[in-house]
Formats: sequence, structure tokens, C-alpha cells
Amino acid sequence: MMQEGLDDGPDFLSEEDRGPRAVNVDLQTDATLQVDISDALSERDKVKFTVHTKSTLPNFKQNEFSVVRQHEEFIWLHDSFVENEEYAGYIIPPAPPKPDFDASREKLQKLGEGEGSMTKEEFTKMKQELEAEYLAIFKKTVAMHEVFLCRVAAHPVLRKDLNFHVFLEYNQDLSVRGKNKKEKLEDFFKNVVKSADGVLVAGVKDVDDFFEHEKTFLLEYHNRVKDSSAKSDRMIRSHKNAADDINRIASTLYTLGTQDSTDLCKFFLKVSELFEKTRKIEARVAADEDLKLADLLKYYLRESQAAKDLLYRRGRALVDYENANKALDKARAKNKDVLQAETTQQVCCQKFEKISESAKQELIDFKTRRVAAFRKNLVELAELELKHAKGNLQLLQSCLGVLKGDT
Amino acid sequence: MSEERGSSAQTEEDEDLFVSAMESPEAARLSAEDLSPSSNGPRDDDPDDLFAEATEEVSLDSPERQPILSDGPSPAITPVSISPRVDVFDRSPDLDEEEEENRDTFDIQISVSDPEKVGDGMNAFMVYKVTTKTSLSIFSRDEVCVKRRFSDFLGLHSKLASKYMHMGFIVPPAPEKSIVGMTKVKVGKEDLSSVEFVEKRRSALERYLLRTVKHPALLKDPDVLQFLESSELPRAVSTQALSGAGILRMVNKAADAVNKMTIKMNESDAWFEEKQQQFENLDVQLRKLHVSVESLVCHRKELSVNTALFAKSAAMLGNSEDHTALSRALSQLAEVEEKIEQLHQEQANADFYLISELLGDYVRLITAVRGVFDQRMKTWGKWQDAQLMLQRKREAEAKLQYASKPEKLQQARDEIREWEGKVQHGERDFEQISRNIRREVGQFEKERVKDFRVVIMKYLESLVHSQQQLIKYWEAFLPEAKAIA
Repeated sequence: MMQEGLDDGPDFLSEEDRGPRAVNVDLQTDATLQVDISDALSERDKVKFTVHTKSTLPNFKQNEFSVVRQHEEFIWLHDSFVENEEYAGYIIPPAPPKPDFDASREKLQKLGEGEGSMTKEEFTKMKQELEAEYLAIFKKTVAMHEVFLCRVAAHPVLRKDLNFHVFLEYNQDLSVRGKNKKEKLEDFFKNVVKSADGVLVAGVKDVDDFFEHEKTFLLEYHNRVKDSSAKSDRMIRSHKNAADDINRIASTLYTLGTQDSTDLCKFFLKVSELFEKTRKIEARVAADEDLKLADLLKYYLRESQAAKDLLYRRGRALVDYENANKALDKARAKNKDVLQAETTQQVCCQKFEKISESAKQELIDFKTRRVAAFRKNLVELAELELKHAKGNLQLLQSCLGVLKGDT
Repeated sequence: MSEERGSSAQTEEDEDLFVSAMESPEAARLSAEDLSPSSNGPRDDDPDDLFAEATEEVSLDSPERQPILSDGPSPAITPVSISPRVDVFDRSPDLDEEEEENRDTFDIQISVSDPEKVGDGMNAFMVYKVTTKTSLSIFSRDEVCVKRRFSDFLGLHSKLASKYMHMGFIVPPAPEKSIVGMTKVKVGKEDLSSVEFVEKRRSALERYLLRTVKHPALLKDPDVLQFLESSELPRAVSTQALSGAGILRMVNKAADAVNKMTIKMNESDAWFEEKQQQFENLDVQLRKLHVSVESLVCHRKELSVNTALFAKSAAMLGNSEDHTALSRALSQLAEVEEKIEQLHQEQANADFYLISELLGDYVRLITAVRGVFDQRMKTWGKWQDAQLMLQRKREAEAKLQYASKPEKLQQARDEIREWEGKVQHGERDFEQISRNIRREVGQFEKERVKDFRVVIMKYLESLVHSQQQLIKYWEAFLPEAKAIA
């Protein structure tokens, strides 16, 4: 039992990782529409995801089918939701981050360059380490793209979206190019206006207590999650660094063991073996902390941003509504363009009320999901930390036993 | 030879040797850990008893100790009789088997403590209290306390090296100077790094003295005794780097290096060649290991700092979380991480004070060992030079035989006798130093095995303790996480 995960290559594809990888979100898997990423291929700087759908819905031609999609197509889908006025009242599931293998690739390259300066064993070891790291990043990006799709599939309204169905079913390239410079610039300005606006809107005190509370809460929460996410990343990186050091120590102890002319040779070899094993566990601890803690925080950073965006949209709609009211009053006073002002006011009112209604439910769901996700991940984190600490302890104690007996 | 377990006071002494740096109460745990040996086997193999040796007094005129009359070269100083019992023992390097056994059974404890700053500004220095507790009769009292400063230690080492190294004795090197470290202390920075520096130095000085007195010849050396016992010690100015003596040292070192390259020794004894190679390999590996361990210490300290930062951040997150149970769980997580941060800090200290310092000590010790091999080479060189000279003198005499200059001939013959004596002397010196080195290396290796075993076991125990604590913390947290509803 304790030996789990202590095989020669760090095995990230253990049993617990197969099946629905949507670890950060506690989603109801619904038989009418199930989406997952069944395979992924890393090609130079592109990742190709195989999106696999199982559905009993009549909208689709078949019950089960797969397509290949790239990251840009996920972004296209996400953006289409954001730009759709109909969905203004929903928390749009956050887009998955772009796959980033640069750091890992750089390290592999550096290793290749430094091949001459280290022993064959060291080289093979480090290569294995880096390949495992690459694999871990790869798995993570797959998980994050999958979570996005699952969130959409679980949402009562978004799952019916036409673009979503095209995304799932259309087995040709969607020919979605990445945004060109002009579009990126437009986006940039939109964001600038939005954040200036966001400040304006946030300053307006809401009559509705629920939303007022949510606004205050989300603003603070988002900032703190951002901070925790960054700090957890740094902590985990230090942990990895320490594990790497122990790796080098184990290698040198091994060499010492083979060279020593005294009784220490057996001693060094045994301790070297011990450190090799504990080092693997330490690396695993760092990896698990990354999955259960860092990724959780990163995800809720993005989700809380999406929730903030929802509040912003509602705030915007409220301002529009209030402005329309004022315009209507003015029009009535001047008795000019009253009908037009009335229609505008009606539209704004409806829009605002529609958003408010769905936003309330969305925010309540967000809380439920958040609490469930944190619970799941914190429990799993604690269980894994315990498992690894116990594994370490057993290795250490058994080694100590052998060494003491060897005297 | 029967021995008793050391008293608990002595066990504490062991712990203080390596872990007194730890401020936290966890340090107590390390000493409380019952490092009792698993068997009642021969004491030599007991890894735990570094210094909790037998309290049996080593009597200097016990029947086993025969006065050894040395026929080797006379030592650089004349034997000084400290007490009537000691003069059976001249400074003979020829220790017999019993002697070597007794080396392990000595009853002396030395501690270096209470660093105190004396003076101000750039002339300030630290003074350490050196306490010697012993029942050995060469000491005038059971317990002596003196005050010494760093340069005193360096002075002691310098004297011992000049007396004994050329005989092939491995003289333990003194701790290294550190201009940066001391400047901080002098300038009066009371920050963590200067406190750590002083503690590191104090610990190193203690280890230095303990290693020195472990060597039976050094233990009885009057300079050592004076260092440990006399309240006033003449200031060792020649240890300053830029003093006349310092410059001379540097020049000598350079000269030695050149000599090393020019002396090509005909090694007739495979043992020496083998040993030299072994020590060279050991040197390389220990240095490599030292670097890795230093890196580990650094990263663990970093991990500790980052864990603390994360803990605070998680606490803030818990505060802003509006779901009560989750908020509480996050606060608990923050607390766990705070405790873990403390654990990392302690582990980093263990990494450092146990392993890193040990490795540093041994890297320097091995340099001393290799120095001793070089001395042997020098001695051989001198012998060869004497032989060459004798040869020349003989040739000169042969030539003079047909020159009918009776005075010069006599002189030549006198010179031949002189050089014959020197050749004999040279050969004897060479054999002596070779014998000494064999013995010294044997003892050194024994000590090395013991040192490494003891320290590494201690280190593993500290790791065990860490993991046990981790388990405790996470086990306490788990129900909190599960309670999130």
C-alpha cells in the first residue's frame, strides 16, 4: 500500500486520474450530454485535443462522436458566449489558459546541451524528470480544457448553444483564426473601458442587498484568491527545488558508496537508496499540492473573475436602465420622442430584470460549486499529504532499522 | 574493558554539539529521542556514543602503559612534565595497540559557549567561553573555564601544525576566517544573519577542539593544555592574514606547491599510492555533496519562507470566504501551513548543522590529510637530496685521494661521515613518517566512519521526527476539511 506511486517512473497516469478529470468542479454528469477529452496530442507548439461526446439529445446526428480541436477553437467558443447578449445574465465558464510548454521545452533543450558534462546515469535521470514534468503540464492543460467543456455541458442554457453543438460535432476545422492585431487592440480598449466602467459601476450602491453583498464579497475574494494562488505556486516551486537537491545528494552518496574503502560504503549506498525513494515522494507531494491546491486556486481565480464580469454586466444594465428612466422623464417633461423613450426604457428594464434574475441563481450556484470543490480538494490534499508522509516515515524507519542493525 | 553508559549530562553534551542552534522546543525532542544502542555489542561499533564514553578513568601509570622510548627523530619541542605521572610519556609517536584503543576511551568534555562581544567598531571581537571537564590527570583541575577569542584558536592550530605535521600527524584544521561575517558582527548588526554566523562559528570551534583533543599526542601537548587551562594567553598576532607571518605562510604555501610538482617520488609502497588516490576521490565527492547540501539548506529555508507567506494568504482568504464552514477550514489550513513552515525551518537547521557542517569539516580535514602525504614526499625528497649529496662528497673524496692535499682529504672524509649520518637520518625520518601516516590514516578512517554514521543517523532521526509531525498536523486537519458542508 505504501509503495503506491513509488515505481521507477513517476506515474501520473494512476488510476485516480482516469475517468472524469473535472476535479475542480463538482458537476452533475448528465446522461443526456456527456463531454470529455479522450485523447490529446502534443505537436511542436500545438496541442490537438480529441473532444468526445456522448448524447441522447436529438440535436446531434449520432449518439457518440469525436472531433479534434485546438486551443484557439476553445477560445472562439468562449468568446462567442461572452459576446452573446442573451447570456449576459450567466457566469460564463472561464476559458482554459493557453498550453504553455515553453519552460519545459527550454529545460529539455538545456539538458541536451549539457549532456556532455554529466554522467550517463545523471543524464538519464534528469531526462526522465523533465519528461515527467512535461507530461504533468500536458495532463493539466487537458484537464483545464475538459473542465471548460464540462461546465458548458452542465449549464442548462449554455448546453443548448448552437456554437457549442457545432464545436462538438463539426468534424472539420472550424477555421477559427486567432485574433489579429486590430482585434486584439479592440479587445484591449474594451477592457480598459470596462475596468474604468467597472470602477464606476462598483461605486454605485445597489438597492438589492443580495447583490450589494455579492459585489463586496467578490471584489475582496477575487483579490485574495489571486494572492493565494501566487503564493501557493511559489511554495510548491521551492518544494520541487528541495526535491531536486535531494536527488543530487542521492547520486553523490551513491558514488561515495561505490568508492569508499571503509564500512561506510554499504552505509552510503543504503542512505543513497533511501534518499532516491524519499525524493520521489517529495516530488509527488509537490505535484499533488500543485493539483489539489494551486490548480484549485487558479481555477477559482478565473471563475471569480467570470462572476465579477457578470456583476459588471448587471451593473451596466442597471445604469442603462436608470439612464433610460431619466431620459423618459426628460422626454415626458419636454413631450418629445416619448414613445421612443418609453420603448428604450422598457427594453432596458427587461434586460436588467432578466439579468438580475438569472444572476442571482448563478451566484448561488457559484457558491455551492465553490464550497464543494474546495471541500473535495482540501480533503483529497490532506489525504494525499498523509499518505505521502506515512510512506516517507515507513521508508525512513525501515532504513534506520537496517542501519542500526548493521553495526 | 568494561565501560558504563555515559551520564545523561554527557548525552546532552552530544546533542549540544550539533543541535544547540535550534531555538525551538523541538530541539529537546532530539535529545529525548532515546538513542539507545540496539545491542550490547563492542563499544567501538556503537554509533550513538560519540562522546558519552566510559567514565573509567584513564590512569597514566596503569600497568598496560609501558614507557615507550622513541628512537625516532626528537620532536620540535622538549617534553614538558606537567605532573609527575606524565613523564613516562615523552612525545613519542610510537603508540602501541593499547594506546590506540585507549584513544577511544578518554574522559574529557569540552564546550564552547557564551559568545560575548568585546569592544566597539572595527576593533571589536567575540570572546568565547571554553569549558573543559575532565578527570584526566594531565589537567590541573576537574573543571576549567577560560575565555578565548577566534585568533587564539588559529594560533593554537598554527603551533600544532608546525610541530606535528612534518611528522605525519594529521592536525585538525581550525575553522575558517570570514571577513564578511565578522565585519557584520563588528559593525553591530544584531540581525539574524550575524546571530547565525556567531552560532555557526561557536559550534565549529567546539568541534575543532574536540577533534584536537581526540588525538592522544595533541591532547598532551603543552600548547593545548595551556590553551585549555591558563587564564591568560599571549595574543596570537601571527594569525592575521596580512601580518608578516601571514605573508610568509602564503609564500611557503606557494613554494610547497611548486615543490609538489617537481618531486617525483618513486613510490615503493602501494598502500600510499592507493590511499592518496582514495583521498583525492573522497575530496571530490565530499565537495560535490557539500554543494548539494548547501543548496538544499537554501531551498528549504526558501520553502519555509514561502510556506509562511502562503499561510498568511490562506488566512486572509479564509477571512473573506462567506461560507462559514469553508472559512473555518481555510483558517485551519493556514494554521497547518504555519506549523509546517516551522517544521521546514527546523529541518533546514538540521540539514545545516548536522550534515553541511560535517561535510565542511571533512573537506578541510582531508586537505590536512593530503598535506600529510605531501610532507612524506618532502621527507623523501630530503632523503634523496642527502643521498645525492653523499654521492657527490664520495666522488669528491675519491678525486682528492690522488691530489695529495691531506687537509682537504680529511675534510672530505669528515663531510662524508656527516652526510652518511644525514642519509641515515633522512631514511629514518622517512620510515618514521610513513609509519606515522599509516597509523594516523587508520585512526582517521575509524573516526570518519564513526562521525558519518552518527551524524547521518541523527539526521535520519530528525527526518523521522519531521514526518511524524506532518502526519499529526494533517490528521488534525482532515476532519476539518471533511466538516465543510
